[in-house]
Parts: sequence; structure tokens; C-alpha cells
Amino acid sequence: MERTGGRIYPGGRSSFLSGFRGYRKHIALALMFLPVVVYFIVFKYVPMSGIVIAFKDYKISKGIFGSAWCGLDNFTKAFRTSTFTRSVRNTLVISGLKLLFGFPAPILLALMLNEVTHARFKKGVQTVTYLPHFLSWVVLAGMFQQLLSPNNGAVNYILKTVFGVKDSIYFLGDNRYFRGTLIVTDIWKNVGWSSILYLATIAGIDPALYEAATVDGATRFQCTRYITLPSLASTIVVMLILNVGSVMDAGFDQIFNLYNSAVYEAGDIIDTYVYRYGLGDMKYALATAVGLFKNVIAFVLVVGTNLAAKRISGSGIW
Amino acid sequence: MVQKRFTPGKALIYLLLILLCATIVVAFWHLLNLSLSPSYIATKGGLLLWPRDATLDNYARVIGNRYIWLGYKNTLIRTAVGTVTQLFFTAMGAYVLSKRFFPHRTFWTFFIVFTMFFSGGLIPSYLVVKNLGLLNTYGAMILPGFISAYNMVIMRNYFQSLPEEIEESCLIDGAGRFRIFLQIILPLSKPILATVALWLVVGHWNSWFDVLIYISDDTKFTLQIVLRRIIITGSKEILDTSAAVSAAATESVVSSEGLKAACIFVTTLPILCAYPFVQKFFVKGIMIGSLKG
Repeated sequence: MERTGGRIYPGGRSSFLSGFRGYRKHIALALMFLPVVVYFIVFKYVPMSGIVIAFKDYKISKGIFGSAWCGLDNFTKAFRTSTFTRSVRNTLVISGLKLLFGFPAPILLALMLNEVTHARFKKGVQTVTYLPHFLSWVVLAGMFQQLLSPNNGAVNYILKTVFGVKDSIYFLGDNRYFRGTLIVTDIWKNVGWSSILYLATIAGIDPALYEAATVDGATRFQCTRYITLPSLASTIVVMLILNVGSVMDAGFDQIFNLYNSAVYEAGDIIDTYVYRYGLGDMKYALATAVGLFKNVIAFVLVVGTNLAAKRISGSGIW
Repeated sequence: MVQKRFTPGKALIYLLLILLCATIVVAFWHLLNLSLSPSYIATKGGLLLWPRDATLDNYARVIGNRYIWLGYKNTLIRTAVGTVTQLFFTAMGAYVLSKRFFPHRTFWTFFIVFTMFFSGGLIPSYLVVKNLGLLNTYGAMILPGFISAYNMVIMRNYFQSLPEEIEESCLIDGAGRFRIFLQIILPLSKPILATVALWLVVGHWNSWFDVLIYISDDTKFTLQIVLRRIIITGSKEILDTSAAVSAAATESVVSSEGLKAACIFVTTLPILCAYPFVQKFFVKGIMIGSLKG
């Protein structure tokens, strides 16, 4: 091949135009790509343009373009209601709690699994703990509804008979317990699956490090503290950053299937708010505005945290 | 390096791991026993560690319900049609994007990846589906999430790792790009296709929100929504309609707790059966996803 053979489009001003000529040259590829472009325009970019509803006094009869502009009215209207501010607060609190308790859980599990020397036991634990990840929140909500029932649920039964708790706890119907229930059930579902990445990183640690440390008299705990954890550090930091990037998602699937009007105070998040007001009460403009508010913050967070993760690890998720 | 000695610390770790697994195993086991219980045991509740007076009445009632079968049918349709078509078009797009000489490749990659980070939100998406006349069609279950940017990027990375030389020799032999994609690239990419296909299958099987908002025709309800209506919204259709048909004697045998538990197992059975065999592919998949982008 010639020296310039590797590069088909030389840089410079003509590259843009020659780019368009390129479609004709690679007509087969262009046609193969067409369905993808059509899909993304119709189902991703057209909805993005639908964001204008947020700035309009949207009337279904008049359509998106016929409805009058109303500036930021929808936003100010939302911000003035306490249900909206409550949903923002709940989103941040629930996400924060999930980060605080749910984030370290899989790391701890991976560290514990690393100490297991019986291969079959380890595999068994992994198989069992990965399972809930594959079930939908509809199924799991059904399970938890039964298990946590205040009348005849197994959990309240155990609390009463084994731990001597007097009154039934309304895990899904009491604002004091609802968030706790969300955190625990979330960990229950995801702890195993989230540990995979950490386990893989641990598996990549050079065994010579442990050998050298053991020869020098290090205990297992010291090995974990001074070899395993430092080796996991960059993975942990990247995962933490990525998790922070998604704090605006407090877990719609989970909450929507577990909550009820009795626990809106503790459990109503932005996503459930948008669903109830938008599709439930048909307040399209208000719900679009609230959704946009959330998506813009989420966008800034995700992009920012991804850039940070990329800088730390040398590779982000894209 | 490996210590065979069983220290107290290690015993504690084993104990904690067993406890964690127990919460999962016992939860399912309890639910299974509940589904096999006659109503006098199920309504009393508590922790059911052993089936007493086991009966299949709950299952008979659930299996006798037409919505469960319709749900199975609709779930199978959306899973099969969705997985095959989505896999094909995602792979095709990813193949094109894997070609470094494809015009404006950087722009098109951005065009796709951007949708991972920003979306119009619930209402605008709903209005698009509605205005396209897709409400109450299978299209509403498949098209809105037809191509996942994430899956496409992962596939593109895989295609890029394939040696260019194979394609060049095919081009010289006169094969077109589409034929190369079909007959050379796809067969070479079975591992990544299998991984993404499994993700798509589980995604379709577990998907419920799209049906909740786009489908109101109850003959098109999928399993997850049938289950949701029975369990969460507490819809009595299974309890009532069949109770009216059957004799009053069966009334004392089934209970809403037992029926709900049976529903959960009937709808989750395929996943529980397939899970032990496909688990390792998913674990491999997560590693593919976390590799360099």
C-alpha cells in the first residue's frame, strides 16, 4: 500500500465536502445506516424537540405548535407547589441514602467472597446473590408485599417471635420506614450483581503481592487492607463518580411498584411525580417542565462525572 | 498463599455470606410454600418453611385464567420479534460505525451517544408514540427502545477489533458490504451477539412501564402487567371471575395471598429455569461492557 493509503480523507477544508461525496462512494454502508438515523430522529430527537411543551400553555386541542407560549410559567408553577419540592427532596435523600449504604455493600461482598477458599461455596453464593438482579421490580414488589405484610408477612412474624417486637411494622405504609425499606430491598436486589466488577478487579491482582506479604508475616486482614483495597481504589472511585452522576434517578421502577399514597411524603420522587401529574392528570406542560428540569441537571451531572471518571481511569464509559 | 486454616474471622465471613444467601433463598422458598398452601395456612401467614397440606389449587386457578395465557403470548411475541429485529438493526448500525472511513463518523457516533445522556422526557416521548398511532400495538412495546446506544457502542467496539484483512479479501472477490456484514461479520461475532441478545431478552421479559402507558387493550397486556394488576393494583379479576364460575367449596381453598404467590411463580418460571444456565454469559457480558470505550 502507498503511504497515503491508510487515510482516505485528508484533513483540511475539503474534508467536509468530500465527506458528503463519501456517502455516494459507500452507498451500501449509507443505506445500512439509514434505519438507525431514522430511528434516532423519530424516537429520540423528535421527543427532544417536544420539550417546547414545557414553555407553552399546552392545550391538547391546539397541539404543540398551536398552543400559546407562556415562558417559564410551568416551572414557576411547579416550584411553588410543595409536592414538587418534596419530590426533589425525596429524590436527593433516597439517592443519597442509596449511595451511602448501597454503594459500599457490593465492595464489602467482593472482599468477603475473596476470602472464601472453597470454590464451590463461592460459586454458590454468587449464583444465589446474582438472581434477584434478573427479576423485574414488579415481581420483587409482589414478593416484598407478601413478605413485609403487617398482617401475615414472614418478616413481621420473625420480628415478633424471634426479636420480640410488639407491634407489626408497616414497612411499605409508614413514612418512617419506607425509605429504609427502599434501601434494603435495593441492596438485596443488586448487591451480588454489582460485586462482579470488583471481583474481576480483585482477580486481576498479581498473586506475587500476596505471597510476598504473607512471607513477611502479613495477616489476611492486612493483605486485604494493604493490597486488595488499594488495588480496588481506582475502580471504586470510578464507580462512585458514575453513581453520583445518576443521583437524579432514585429508582423509578422500584418506588413506583412499592409506594402508595400513604408514603408519598417519604417516597414520592421526581419521576413518580412526573408520571402522576403528566399521564395521570394529563398536565402535560407541567410534567414536561419538571421532566426537563430533572433531565438538565442529570445531564450536567452525568457528563461532568464521566469526564472526571475518564480523567481518573483513563477511560470513561464511552 | 492460600490459608487452609479456619480462623474466627473467616468463620464470620462464611456466616455472613450464608445469611445473605439465606435471605434470598428463604424468601423464594417461603413464597413457593405460600403458593402451595390452602387458604387457612396462607391467610394466617408467618414463615412457611415447609409445605403443609400442600395443594395445587392456587396454580389451577392461575393457569385457568385467560389473562395469564394472553400475557404469555404477548410477552413471547414482543420478546421474540423485538430481540431479533433489534439485534439485527443494532448490529448493522454498529458495523457501519465501525468503519473508520465512513463519512462524518465522529458526528454520527455523537448523534447516537448523546441520546444516552439527554432525553425529551416522559411526556414528549409519550406524545410521539401516540401521534404515530402506535398506542395499543406491539410497535409501542418494541419501537421506542428499538436501538440502545449503549449496545451499539459495545458492538461497534467488537467489530472494530475484527481483522480488516478478511473483509478486504471479500471485497476483492466482489462481495458487497451488506453481504460481508451478513455472511462474514455476523458469524464472526457470535459471542457479542449472544450477549446482547440475552440482555434484550431479559429486558423485554421484564419490561412493564411501556405497556402500562401505551397499552390499554387488555388482550395485549404482557405478563408483567398482568402480574402487576393482580399483585399491586389488587385487581380482583383472577379472584372474582373464576370464583363466580367455580363452586363455593373452592372458596375456602384458595386465598389472595396464595394466588398472588402462585402468579409470581407462574410468570417468573422461565427466568428461574433458564437462569442457572445463562448466568455465566451475563457475567461475561458485564466485563465486555466495562472494557475500554
